[in-house]
Amino acid sequence: MANSHASTTNPCKMCRPLGACLAFSGVENSMVLLHGSQGCSTYMRRYISGHYNEPVDIASSSLSEQGAIYGGEANLKQGIRNVVAKYSPSVLCVATTCLTETIGDNVKMIIDDLLEEEPGLRDVKIIPVSTPSYSGSHTDGFYDSCVAILDRFARGGEDNGAVNLFPGFLSPADIRYLREVMDDCQVESMILPDCSGTLDAGIGDTFYRIPRGGTRFEDIERAGSSSCSIEFNLAGDANQSSARLLDDRFGVRGYRLPLPIGIRNSDLLFNTLSEVTAGPTPQKYQDERSRLLDAMVDAHKYLFGQRAVIYGDAEFVIAMTSFLVDAGIFPVVCASGGGNARYVAEIETITGSLDTPPAILREADFDDIYDHTLAAGADLLIGNSKGNHIARRINVPLVRVGYPIHDRIGAQRILHTGYRGAMNLLDILTNTIIARKQDDLGYGYSYM
Amino acid sequence: MTEITEKNHCIDVISGREGHILQKTGGGETTAMACDADSVAGAVSQRACVFCGARVVIYPIADALHLIHGPIGCSTYTWDIRGSLSSGPELHRFSFSTDLQEQDIIFGGEPKLYRALCELIDKHQPQGAFVYSTCIVGVIGDDLKAVCARVEREKGIRVIPVQSEGFKGNKNAGYKAACQALFELIGSRGEGTVPLSINILGDFNLAGEIWIIREYLEKMGIRVVANISGDSRVAHVARAHTAALNVVQCSGSMMHLARMMKKEYGIPFIRVSYFGSEDMAASLRDIAAFFGDEGVNRKTGQLIKHELDRLLPQLEFYREKLAGKKAAVYVGGAFKAISLIKAFRDIGMQVVVVGSQTGKEQDYEDIKDEADPGTVIIDDANPLELAQLMKNQGVDIFVGGVKERPVAYKLGISFCDHNHERKLPLEGFVGMLNFAKEVYGSIASPVWQWVPRANLADGVERHG
Repeated sequence: MANSHASTTNPCKMCRPLGACLAFSGVENSMVLLHGSQGCSTYMRRYISGHYNEPVDIASSSLSEQGAIYGGEANLKQGIRNVVAKYSPSVLCVATTCLTETIGDNVKMIIDDLLEEEPGLRDVKIIPVSTPSYSGSHTDGFYDSCVAILDRFARGGEDNGAVNLFPGFLSPADIRYLREVMDDCQVESMILPDCSGTLDAGIGDTFYRIPRGGTRFEDIERAGSSSCSIEFNLAGDANQSSARLLDDRFGVRGYRLPLPIGIRNSDLLFNTLSEVTAGPTPQKYQDERSRLLDAMVDAHKYLFGQRAVIYGDAEFVIAMTSFLVDAGIFPVVCASGGGNARYVAEIETITGSLDTPPAILREADFDDIYDHTLAAGADLLIGNSKGNHIARRINVPLVRVGYPIHDRIGAQRILHTGYRGAMNLLDILTNTIIARKQDDLGYGYSYM
Repeated sequence: MTEITEKNHCIDVISGREGHILQKTGGGETTAMACDADSVAGAVSQRACVFCGARVVIYPIADALHLIHGPIGCSTYTWDIRGSLSSGPELHRFSFSTDLQEQDIIFGGEPKLYRALCELIDKHQPQGAFVYSTCIVGVIGDDLKAVCARVEREKGIRVIPVQSEGFKGNKNAGYKAACQALFELIGSRGEGTVPLSINILGDFNLAGEIWIIREYLEKMGIRVVANISGDSRVAHVARAHTAALNVVQCSGSMMHLARMMKKEYGIPFIRVSYFGSEDMAASLRDIAAFFGDEGVNRKTGQLIKHELDRLLPQLEFYREKLAGKKAAVYVGGAFKAISLIKAFRDIGMQVVVVGSQTGKEQDYEDIKDEADPGTVIIDDANPLELAQLMKNQGVDIFVGGVKERPVAYKLGISFCDHNHERKLPLEGFVGMLNFAKEVYGSIASPVWQWVPRANLADGVERHG
């Protein structure tokens, strides 16, 4: 069910331009310039930096009142010149905001005009992305950005045997894992976006203005000649599907899968890779899978029947719900600040075997989630930091996964995906439940 | 007196920002600092916007409804963002939004605003409401005032519009919009002047700091009419005109209100700072001096002596450990920067970089007077400039907010959180001790022996 009030209380989503910032942070040597007023970039930097504990530089065209009245052309041009001069990005995303969308700046035309004036800037790939903050949410901005960059730069050609992987919005640890999987399957792969280095950088002898890592531009250009694309995007609209774009334009075969969270969805990924490579799943991952089964059996008595509330991005909630159902946890509320009919249908299918189906909320805020949580009764919450105030109010533990996590460290290292990620989540969930039981029993038992 | 080095830009700066950075050399003529201007396009300014300025100043009023009229981001990113504590209601920790959609942009957001206000007031029964305007509302031209006036009539509580369209200036303009809104509320309750009373302006009760200050005031025999706005209530603000004196800390945000109250109600004001033992003691003395009451003076003297007698021996340990270390300070308000220069001296350290997001010309003059020769002073900085300054000036610790923290860490430099997310009170005499512990806790950590002081990549490096 969707939110029916005029007001939103404690939002369960972020705005569209933030998604563009997140997506482009996984492209090599790229920067984002938000065309709007100064606050947008500062808020988003704060929101990304706080989750990853990394420096996040997002520029702004810093529109003033004059810009809002007469158009932001001068500011945008100056902004682009300054970013290029100081950061020398190879790729520069110009994302709009509610302000510049409403005053009707033609960003593409302004950029063309600037390139005309200053041909030297043509070395930089400047990509406009339309991200009006009053429409959709950060996930739309994320998917749109991936599509925009491919739309502009992917080229076709003879099948080079590579696989495109469009993972959606996952943690750096997830992306690193997926890279390992692709390498172990001996697949030449292009992962877009790849934030594993940029948003989880080490400390070294040199400080770079733009963190190293990210999807290489040459690989993005080659995406149209890959053998196939695998995309973790089950519920998204067709025009937000990177795989669909490459299929339509270059005939690159696309597989749309759920996020590989939990055993069932991980099987889907490895089976797809088996099909693509015409080879078996590497022994390493068969071993991982068998250890995951062992872990699931070890944990099952602690988990069965535990009532969980899960919230976050639509795609994430679909996959987590599937994982929980297979582990024996009962999802009682599945909620997203976004979500569409397909998201609802997917969760209905996943939870169809349960005696009591969960409340499935889309376009929800945390007020809705709170009301449904109270009505359903819950043993734990699973989602980002934003649910903390509900967890405190009803005194149930919150297992922090997804984005944003700004009241704990290590969010960039949370592994959600694959058999290994499932084991990680399973241990965290089970120990959370055991710890709560141990605390509640008062006498603090020593053995399980 | 200060003289400017031959080249103002002791570092590589974005064109147009040269005047916003200078180095004090000691002796010679003075050059004015460029400041209080719009940020340069393409610079990664650390500043937020007009809306942000207004929101952080007003939202600590805990029993008011704070409704953001705009798209969802403005609400999400400011939800409970400033750790302003309340001793009672906590309605301020909710984030309410009209979450404007495309159709609202086309047909106008007034009907949605009206419905949102009514349903939220019915549900939460607040003592008053503030409605914040955002960029988009300024463009589509919703009549915020009319909607607020209508709901005020219908619901019987004050409903006050905050004209904080994001693009209408910098954060300072947001402070002004906040003061304007607060001023609307002041004067509606109570008459006359409460003897020996003050309003605390410009303290937001981060980590419970205002409670520390109020305890001092109580011991001095001073009454507080209203906190503006930490741990505040609508009714307290409404009677703020009955105080004898306005005591202004965060001068950047609150001077405008103090001036308006002086003009309208004849209430004088003084500027204070509760950071560092020197400024804390001076502030209490200044408050006492205003009243010229013998009892207050005596009690104030006793209080300060008691606190310093306890604090100074405790600081000795940190002073020994930290002597000679260098600090960079980049904070929102200039008043805090000045106090921090002194506070660092208290623990034997030297501030070698100091800057603010919103300082004005006079603030920078004050900073120049207070800073040691060699100190680089910077207005509206960005991460590239801060990184260069940290390196060039040989900084051991950086004091700032969460966005700057990872920059310092990557450079192998320790960090002290002095922004609104802090969990440890840094005001008052006890706050000075906490501050010393904070600084020591980062500088003294053994992790730095493993971490190189990273060099900056030369100018604009290319990848791969």
